[in-house]
Amino acid sequence: MRAHDVEGAVAALAEAPNAEFLAGGTNLVDLMKLGVETPDVLVDVRRLTSDRVEDLEDGGLRVGAAVPNSVLAADRKVRTRYPALSQALLAGASGQLRNLATTGGNLLQRTRCVYFYDTTTPCNKREPGSGCSAIEGHNKNHAILGSSEHCVATHPSDMAVAMAALDAFVNVLGPDGDRRIPIEDLHRLPGDEPQRDTILEHCELITSVDLPPLRFLSNSKYRKVRERASYAFALVSVAAALDVEDGVVRDIRIALGGVAHKPWRATKAEETLRGEPASEENFRAAAEIELEDAEPLRDNAFKVPLARNVMVRTLLELSEER
Amino acid sequence: MGQHNGWLRKGRIVDAEITLRVDGAERRLTVDTRTTLLDALRERLGITSPKKGCDHGQCGACTLLLDGRRVNSCLALAVAYDGSEIITAEGLAENGQLHPLQRAFVEHDGYQCGYCTPGQIVSALGMLDEAEAGWPSHVTEDLNVEEIVLDDEEIRERMSGNLCRCAAYANIVPAIREVSDR
Repeated sequence: MRAHDVEGAVAALAEAPNAEFLAGGTNLVDLMKLGVETPDVLVDVRRLTSDRVEDLEDGGLRVGAAVPNSVLAADRKVRTRYPALSQALLAGASGQLRNLATTGGNLLQRTRCVYFYDTTTPCNKREPGSGCSAIEGHNKNHAILGSSEHCVATHPSDMAVAMAALDAFVNVLGPDGDRRIPIEDLHRLPGDEPQRDTILEHCELITSVDLPPLRFLSNSKYRKVRERASYAFALVSVAAALDVEDGVVRDIRIALGGVAHKPWRATKAEETLRGEPASEENFRAAAEIELEDAEPLRDNAFKVPLARNVMVRTLLELSEER
Repeated sequence: MGQHNGWLRKGRIVDAEITLRVDGAERRLTVDTRTTLLDALRERLGITSPKKGCDHGQCGACTLLLDGRRVNSCLALAVAYDGSEIITAEGLAENGQLHPLQRAFVEHDGYQCGYCTPGQIVSALGMLDEAEAGWPSHVTEDLNVEEIVLDDEEIRERMSGNLCRCAAYANIVPAIREVSDR
């Protein structure tokens, strides 16, 4: 179905509990072919939301929900002011997929947990209450932080990890109007409702993402570790931004991918490092503090030292490049 | 609810009348709204150069240019691209002459079974435009570089969405490089 405007799209979904928004379709169409997603109605919103990257009055950038991943990655302002975001996008998917996939859709993509995809196996995310096949199954790719007894899936987006480190805001339209959500709060931990990836209500539509005007975000980086050189999801990824003056960390943002049900903002590590000398020792200590709560599964204990090392390396590179 | 005028409900199945411009020719057709661009082209219009490999957006055999950009047509619903301009490998030859990329694939033996080849060639065409526009890739050292230099590493990264089960990559890369170097 096609609505005339975003308000119409939201109203259409409000009336149809089993309808979904369609944007680029790179994930949703695939999940429909597999019978994982079975909407009655699709409301095509790709041409309704903005496909432009625009300057905000505060000096930040507003990214329309329909901006393709490829266009966002190549945007000159994004490359200069938020390099971690460009790098994250370029580290994800393939050239063809990035051309179809949108900013809003990328945030809302579902986990790539193999059991979520395999409709013959139990999965609490796909079929609440059926059980989690990954907890005792093949769980190399799964979460080490913030998981629950109901779900150990990870969020697959690279872009969202960079946006988490950049403190982005997600603008959402619902039946009662707009709301602005810190990206940190958009995605949720699985708890006992793993079927809910985000805090969004059924008929709420992402219309744009705002990137803040903080200057030190231009000193940011995304580093991804995967099993192939290209075109694979992250085992672990790190997005970080660092502001160092006279060898001391003035401000810092770190987010981890591939480790949790949401982009994992490493606030403990950030707090540990603020005001401290930017040294390898301190970076390592902070990373270890962040990972103290890690609860690896049978097959993914390797993610703990991997996440630590990638954090340390990324922060070192950022401190050296200043 | 803003339903598209050309849509017709038949029980749960909904048909829509759409127009696509494929390889320069305007084509009108009625599709079940669940039909992908790939199936619309192959099954309805008889345009079979976009291949169905994985049908999940992983292999790139179905690649075509959609309004000038390379995409996986197996993941695009045809109804969402009503009015779009599509270029397939079949539409690349001009005046009976192969496109330079097509000729380079022949000369370099850039295939074995040939199934992925139309997708490889269209993807390469889209990729060359992206590089020309200055789009960086995962392996581009300086994100802010003005001009992209397509060495083998860049070509391999940018073409990683096109799999070749015969592993003809060793010939595909030089074929693309020959055209990009011109």
